[in-house]
Amino acid sequence: MALVHSGRVVEASARVYRRTWRGSVISTFFNPVLYLLGMGVSLGRLVDEGTGSAALDIPYLTFLAPGLLAATAMMTGAGDASWPVMAGIKWRKTYDAILSTPVTVRELVMGHLAWVGVRLLFVTVVYSGVMTVFGATTVLEGALAIPPAILTGLGFAAIVTAYTARLKNELGLSSLFRFGVMPLFLFSGTFFPISQLPSWIQPIAYATPLYHGVSLCRGLALGVEFEVNPAVSVAYLVALLAVGTILAARLMRRRLIA
Amino acid sequence: MIDPLVHARGLHKVFGELIAVDGIDFEVRPGEAFGFLGPNGAGKSSTMKMIGAVSPRTGGSLSVLGRDPDELGQEIRARLGVIPQEDNLDLELTVYENLLIYGRYFGMSRKVINERIDELLVFAQLDERRNSRVEPLSGGMKRRLTIARGLINTPELLLLDEPTTGLDPQARHLLWDRLYRLKQEGVTLIITTHYMDEAEQLCDRLVIMDKGQIVAEGSPRELIEQHSRREVLELRFPVGTQQEYATKLKGMAARTEVLPDRVLLYTDDADRTADEIHGAGITAESTVSRRSTLEDVFLRLTGRTLVD
Ligand SMILES: Nc1ncnc2c1ncn2[C@@H]1O[C@H](COP(=O)(O)OP(=O)(O)O)[C@@H](O)[C@H]1O
Ligand SMILES: [Mg+2]
Repeated sequence: MALVHSGRVVEASARVYRRTWRGSVISTFFNPVLYLLGMGVSLGRLVDEGTGSAALDIPYLTFLAPGLLAATAMMTGAGDASWPVMAGIKWRKTYDAILSTPVTVRELVMGHLAWVGVRLLFVTVVYSGVMTVFGATTVLEGALAIPPAILTGLGFAAIVTAYTARLKNELGLSSLFRFGVMPLFLFSGTFFPISQLPSWIQPIAYATPLYHGVSLCRGLALGVEFEVNPAVSVAYLVALLAVGTILAARLMRRRLIA
Repeated sequence: MIDPLVHARGLHKVFGELIAVDGIDFEVRPGEAFGFLGPNGAGKSSTMKMIGAVSPRTGGSLSVLGRDPDELGQEIRARLGVIPQEDNLDLELTVYENLLIYGRYFGMSRKVINERIDELLVFAQLDERRNSRVEPLSGGMKRRLTIARGLINTPELLLLDEPTTGLDPQARHLLWDRLYRLKQEGVTLIITTHYMDEAEQLCDRLVIMDKGQIVAEGSPRELIEQHSRREVLELRFPVGTQQEYATKLKGMAARTEVLPDRVLLYTDDADRTADEIHGAGITAESTVSRRSTLEDVFLRLTGRTLVD
């Protein structure tokens, strides 16, 4: 029954998405392409011709692309778990409408995360295709990097849902992106190896979930050695997803069932 | 005697320090339209959410459709229709889609839902808006859609929290007409409102709530008979002199009530009282005589007006 109910939440979200996807298509699909063009190709030329090539021993675009795959998944997961969730809780109160039916809070949260999973599948498949077109990976290796990217996105979606469930207003959402998501985006080994960071920051970078997503995606997409033991990375991201989901369900219940 | 659909004894709801519902007893019988009349903050919505099995009670006993909402909330919700105080429709979706996705939450098949939607759109006078997006619809249309959505699962009991608050008079009358039809079809209605005319129009029986407590119970007619006189004479005097005049008027009516802007005299024959006052040489700036309403009952019981 629980699965059926969560499935209905996915169904409804898909319907809403069918009406609203135009608004998110830029951030979802064009931004990664822009990053690949702007940073991968243009900045890449500078890096490859300069001293950067020594540190990387692969073209910069190739280095960047899988990291961006993981980072894009994080952005998608965090994005779908912030403003839309706040709308469900507070602005539109559509979650109250759902909870007046036989659907429970846990089923609602699971359905919401499952829907984010579907969105992540779209986004990562498209992105992986773009990577292949740019010559940064092969079709097969690009496909291998999709599951860890989705896992990364889902882990963020779960923990950010839990965070949003406690927020009184949207100020907390802008702070989350300004002080949480953006720094991760920039400093989790996406744009440059974290060995380039000051040594005292490196342990922090190692501890961020995005770094583990980047390591998995890069290892699989490029067929190179993983920066971190992949078992550790998978365990970390699965734990993030599990803890995030439990917290999200609990905090959402506290918020919605007064 | 038939078992009541809803049965509450000593029902309590506390939010932190605040007592929202303070030990209320009531019963709702099958087929009736039952009302909670009270001002903002009386605890009506809190009570409705407990009945709707979305908000756990703090104390007391509550049975809805013969079940305890704390234990069998899901089963109860499957058989209820809920119209919340604020519309919470999916504004990006069409009228049809809002009904469809809601039906799916109740586990209904698409075929059954589609048949039901056809009926409900006619009932809610929205059949021409079937494929319109919800966002631009008028307040009255949104409200009717919310009601149609609440009916998608053919509920035995419909909970309506302030169904017409914020609507213009025409939209309100249309809604009352629709609710009246539902009642005739045998749907049990629980309605909260702070409009006494709404309570008088729709409710067979009601309780008057104030500060989390029930202060009176009965049919609108019984309540007026028990707590008020048949008629009311409203006198307006120059600002600041209402109290002074009220003292002079003592004894001329069964009861006087002083409001900031007027004096109310409760009497069985307002015209005769008006003549007597005139005979005593007292002239008001304006005089209105009218029948007693639930508003007067509320004033009598709580010393305050329903809507301020
Ligand atoms: N979720 C909540 N948390 C804290 N206080 C609440 C909550 N819901 C209602 N209240 C308070 O409970 C009291 C009764 O509110 P409510 O049941 O909404 O009254 P009504 O519907 O009659 O206007 C009010 O003082 C309101 O502020
Ligand atoms: Mg209310």
